[in-house]
Amino acid sequence: MLSDPVTLALIALLLPAAAFVIIGTLPPLRRSGRPAAYFSIACMLGAFSAAILGWSAGRGAAEPVRAVWSWLPSAAGPFATVGVLVDAQSSAMLLLVTLVALLVQVYSTAYLHDEPAPALGRYYALQSLFAFSMMGVVLAPTMLQLFICWELVGVCSCLLIGFWYRKPEAARAALKAFWVTKAGDVGLLIGIVLLHRTTGTFDLLEMRQMAESGLIPLAGLSLITFCIYLGAMGKSAQFPLHVWLPDAMEGPTPVSALIHAATMVTAGVYLLVRLEWLFALTPDVLAIVAWIGALTALLAAILACVQNDIKRVLAYSTVSQLGYMMAAIGAGFAAAGFLHLLTHGIFKALLFLGAGAVIHAVHSNDITDMGGLARKMPQTAITFLIGTLSLAGIPLFAGFVSKEEILGAVWTGGFVVPFAMLLLAAFLTAFYMFRVVFLAFFGSRKPEAGSGKPVAHPHDAPFVMTGPLWLLALSAMAIGIYFTMHTPEAEFHPPAWLAPAAVGVAAAGILLAWLTYQRQIVSADMLATLFAPIRAAAEHKFWLDDIYGAIYRYALLAFSRVVGWVDRYLVDGVLNVVSAWTLDGGDYLRRIQTGKVQDYVWALAFGLLGLMAWIGVAW
Amino acid sequence: MPLSAYLTLAALVFCIGLFGTVTRRNTVGILLGIELMLNAVNINLVAFSRFRGIDVGMVFTLFAICITVAEVALGLAIVILLFRTRRTATADHVDWLKG
Repeated sequence: MLSDPVTLALIALLLPAAAFVIIGTLPPLRRSGRPAAYFSIACMLGAFSAAILGWSAGRGAAEPVRAVWSWLPSAAGPFATVGVLVDAQSSAMLLLVTLVALLVQVYSTAYLHDEPAPALGRYYALQSLFAFSMMGVVLAPTMLQLFICWELVGVCSCLLIGFWYRKPEAARAALKAFWVTKAGDVGLLIGIVLLHRTTGTFDLLEMRQMAESGLIPLAGLSLITFCIYLGAMGKSAQFPLHVWLPDAMEGPTPVSALIHAATMVTAGVYLLVRLEWLFALTPDVLAIVAWIGALTALLAAILACVQNDIKRVLAYSTVSQLGYMMAAIGAGFAAAGFLHLLTHGIFKALLFLGAGAVIHAVHSNDITDMGGLARKMPQTAITFLIGTLSLAGIPLFAGFVSKEEILGAVWTGGFVVPFAMLLLAAFLTAFYMFRVVFLAFFGSRKPEAGSGKPVAHPHDAPFVMTGPLWLLALSAMAIGIYFTMHTPEAEFHPPAWLAPAAVGVAAAGILLAWLTYQRQIVSADMLATLFAPIRAAAEHKFWLDDIYGAIYRYALLAFSRVVGWVDRYLVDGVLNVVSAWTLDGGDYLRRIQTGKVQDYVWALAFGLLGLMAWIGVAW
Repeated sequence: MPLSAYLTLAALVFCIGLFGTVTRRNTVGILLGIELMLNAVNINLVAFSRFRGIDVGMVFTLFAICITVAEVALGLAIVILLFRTRRTATADHVDWLKG
């Protein structure tokens, strides 16, 4: 029984759902805070164990297994089904989601130590709901279930970004995240409906069979895949819909680690990996995916270089890495993107949790407030360094193989310009990450440079926070070493110069950061003046927020004014005229009613007479 | 005398009653007019019953007279109540239902 992957997947899926329902519907438990946290963690631990067992049980099976239940019945078989679909991708993804969710929940008990108990209960209820919905996306056998869980994930993201809802920035960021992703989700919904009209089913496996036997008509398919890509674009923060992700950092750091680094934002990439066979039919859309992915990777990397907020650097870095994954998918090698998704999930969660530990100790997000932390918090520094090396793509660390795979995939796919952009982004990635490392963990703190907040002796976090860090760091290293030893069987053969080039570029980035921020041989001001135009653009976030603001102000508000005028003067005007006529008419007609009884008798008698005369004439 | 003579009488009485009902200012006068109209109807009933030889008409007339009595009693009661509350018996002064 417990070796059946489907049963295990169901257990993993339903345990957090149960935790959410129980914490949500039992107010005493929710308001007690800490017990709710332990309960949620226990359920998550169960889900994680089930995911591990399911992964090891399903590793040998090549064929996807699934269990579906009829949900919306109709005359010709069920219209929609729900269930779980377990294959290599979904069980690997399930493992990542449950691992990070578990570690984040454990970590949060210490990070949110000072929160009042009811808020903590709310936090864990939402965390459980998030874990459930994310697994719902991962395991979805139909597009409909995927969409429902997709939206649930978005709601959880919005609520958790706005966890400190009394803070105006957090409330604004939550709404912004919700609306921007919603803009993409409209596309996804249209895509799903159009796809259902074309294929007649929501079921992924059936659709895949149709696609592989060429039964899906190609006419109009580009529109469908592009609509679906729009959904992925919003969720996975692709340019120009990435603007919500940096703002989402207003939420608690563990939330950023789980939702905005490891799992939810990768849902878009995962969706495209799932629908790889569908997108393969529309190479033009895939080219768009690749170009936008590469553009996102480069622009976000540039933006990350000018941020002083440690979480925002990581947020732009996430956007950039998502661009990498999308570029690989666009080049036609979804497996490379998926591999990077998994490794990135591990080391980016590690980086965010490390940043959380630093913020917890320093009580500031600003890297200029930090400095020399490596001595005071050695454990955090070491784990953060491992995460940074992984992100930079140094051999023996997790990001190396996956990033090289992506570069190889894009090169093999024939996208030369995106390849160059990604290579430049790799250089910038190494540069901005080591800028953070050198400024925050090495060197010395310059009080006059930062915001001048007093810092009480920073020290390493308690074990519940460092434990997850070490676990993630060791996973990142283990994955890195494993893949460096056993290079995955690639679907393509990248040129021999690729790996040295990738590593060389990363090393150059690290070297530049070292020279600039550690040895200060290269002056940061000189770099700033050298790249003044780019720097100015980056500091204004390429004016994207301004453009959106202008669109809102001039286009949308002007349009609203026109609509408002039409409503106020045309629609309401017609009604007002009619109602005025009615009133006037009533005013005239009421004079008939004299109230005098004899007038009524008169009217009655002569009315009757007139009626009889009329009947007589008619006869 | 032919039937038409009775019918003409009835019509005359009815018209006098209607005229009184519509024109009299005093409420008691209006009641009198109503009585005249009712009696015109009674004349019709009796005349038809007599000329057609159907006795049911007579019976109906008796009923009508009884009901008229009751109606007058009710009407007078209303008039008295009206006079008590409004200190008037003039129909024109009673126009609370004026629109």
